[in-house]
Amino acid sequence: MARSAKEPDPRQEVAYLQGDGAAAGTLSGLHARLLLLPPYRILVTVLKRLGVSGRNAVIAIPYLWLLAFFLAPFLIVLKISLAEVVVAQPPYTPLFVFVEDGFIAIQASLENYLFLLEDSLYWKSYLSSLRIALVSTVLTLLIGFPIAYGMARAPKRWRFALLMMVILPFWTSFLIRVYAWIGILKKEGLLNLALTQLGLISEPLTILNTDIAVYIGIVYSYLPFMVLPLYANLEKMDLSLLEAAADLGCRPIKAFWVITVPLSLPGIIAGSFLVFIPAMGEFVIPDLLGGSQTLMIGKTLWSEFFNNRDWPLSSAVAVILLLVLVVPIMLFQRMQEKTAKAEG
Amino acid sequence: MKSRNREIDMNRKSFLASAVAAAALALPLGPLAAQEKVVNVFNWSDYIDESILEDFEKKTGIRVVYDVFDSNEVLETKLLAGGTGYDVVVPSGTFLARQIQAGVFQQLDADKLPNLANMWGVVTDRTAKYDPGNAYSINYMWGTTGIGYNEEKILERMPDAPVDSWRMLFDPEVASKFADCGIHVLDAPTEMIPAALNYIGEDPDSQDPEVIRKAEAALSAVRPYIQKFHNSEYINALANGDICMAVGWSGDVLQARDRADEADNGVTIKYVAPNEGALMWFDQMAIPSDARNVEEAHTFLNYIMSPEVMAKASNYVYYANGNEASQQFLEEDVIDDPAIYPTPDALATLYTTTPYAPKVQRVVTRLWTKVKSGQ
Repeated sequence: MARSAKEPDPRQEVAYLQGDGAAAGTLSGLHARLLLLPPYRILVTVLKRLGVSGRNAVIAIPYLWLLAFFLAPFLIVLKISLAEVVVAQPPYTPLFVFVEDGFIAIQASLENYLFLLEDSLYWKSYLSSLRIALVSTVLTLLIGFPIAYGMARAPKRWRFALLMMVILPFWTSFLIRVYAWIGILKKEGLLNLALTQLGLISEPLTILNTDIAVYIGIVYSYLPFMVLPLYANLEKMDLSLLEAAADLGCRPIKAFWVITVPLSLPGIIAGSFLVFIPAMGEFVIPDLLGGSQTLMIGKTLWSEFFNNRDWPLSSAVAVILLLVLVVPIMLFQRMQEKTAKAEG
Repeated sequence: MKSRNREIDMNRKSFLASAVAAAALALPLGPLAAQEKVVNVFNWSDYIDESILEDFEKKTGIRVVYDVFDSNEVLETKLLAGGTGYDVVVPSGTFLARQIQAGVFQQLDADKLPNLANMWGVVTDRTAKYDPGNAYSINYMWGTTGIGYNEEKILERMPDAPVDSWRMLFDPEVASKFADCGIHVLDAPTEMIPAALNYIGEDPDSQDPEVIRKAEAALSAVRPYIQKFHNSEYINALANGDICMAVGWSGDVLQARDRADEADNGVTIKYVAPNEGALMWFDQMAIPSDARNVEEAHTFLNYIMSPEVMAKASNYVYYANGNEASQQFLEEDVIDDPAIYPTPDALATLYTTTPYAPKVQRVVTRLWTKVKSGQ
């Protein structure tokens, strides 16, 4: 419905008006009925006095949401990251200190951030997380695309069942699913047992507690996040474009690369970000499946917080992690807006 | 751990109990419900015979809300954040010392703890290092950090293996022989660095960063042969025969030994506190300063210090306790097992450690990450 005003499509305009009018009708009806109730009436009067109209209130909700569940926690973490460690409860110095005569002193230091630069462990962890997240995203795409493609091109009556097959494993706890991989990948596990029985290997493979196990865990856990946006995109695709290409003498493989892939780009980008962003900060998978040489920022943060009891330094690690992630998130947002406009 | 069935029975019973409790809460009992006495206990996992809690409830009418954790770090983070809602918690000695300093605990009221007379000087002398005068805590269990190994797998690879020495881990020539069948090591720098220092002849309790750094070479030399650093996985891994050796806590290794016996899977697990010396650690019960049921917490601590109760707990979890009067009630396979109650000679080789200062702690953790990640 985000069609720009320049090129109005009369059909859609009518639908838009009708849809909106109907909704507004029920809403104003509800409003009128609720006005009979004193608490609601008082609330409306107070809000009006304060200059809050219904329109503003609706716009304010997402901002309030962001403020309460993102900005406020972030500011708390930021505050702790500027403090210093002390043996106390809580184990860091307060930001504001009351000194005599009612003055308030602010103690803040950037020492923690400087320490992050000094010690190679931290940027190595960031880089290693980045590498693992990128490789996993590419692997997920390589596996997810054929799955999504197959689902989108399957006969219509199968699609629901196929979709359920992707979604159903979600009904089991993430933790249990990752834990189950230990049973599969360990030396005496199902995989090694199967491969030895089949005579493919004579010595059991060491997969558990290596980076390979981490990749397997991440790709497995995040595959649905790649498949679902891709499927939604591929299913919408206009197949007559492929027919036209075939009529003009384009081979199917070339048509796939020239038409299907570029058209599915929004799905590829959405899926990639949905995999990349959480994989970057992943903690559970490297902890359960990875070995001790697997360096990831989530684990580094954990040990800083729990083993060192250094809340300020771990908060600084978290703030930097957020900044590192904000860039791809913004890019993602930009991309989404663009495609929304292009499609509208 | 002695019988799986017993555990399942217990779970069913406690489930029923909580169902009944929930039903009782749903009824408008008014003042009666408000007066119900409760004590909230936060202890290590697999660390008590649950019938002790039931007996306590029957005897005192105080309901026990029992919750478990599996690492000192998790407990400490909760305590430092405050408002845990727990009335009794069980940190280990070095952690307790720092937590006392942070003002997390309240002093015990000795008048309410007549069973303090049952405690064992051998233990209380040592715990006074963490808690001067034992003013804030009582000992629950103690143990050593040593080596658990799979006898068949070790002897098959090295018939003359030095099984009662730290050379099993710290001598690259010996450790390399076991790399293929798996070595696990505790992910606890405050225990492994002292062990390494002790092996190379330094003071295991050193607070000097220069000395502590020397542990790195000893640990890094055998790092390639270590499969995993973890605090609890080795119990199952040893019992199932997945690994051939682990540096672990005495009672946990003995639990692995019993699980292997029960499974009758041809795995024999042995535990040794190596003769060069091993860390002796203590798990202490203490009352947080913001506990709401202080009276009930004292009643609970006093009950735990009854000789029969403490003996029952040790008989169940295979850890030694700090209660001298309980020793006459211990089963023979507990009191006579030198892996649980070391002989006086072995006791003399055990060492204790003190907590690191924050700046030293950072050196320790950094060194540990370096060893573990090979970075």
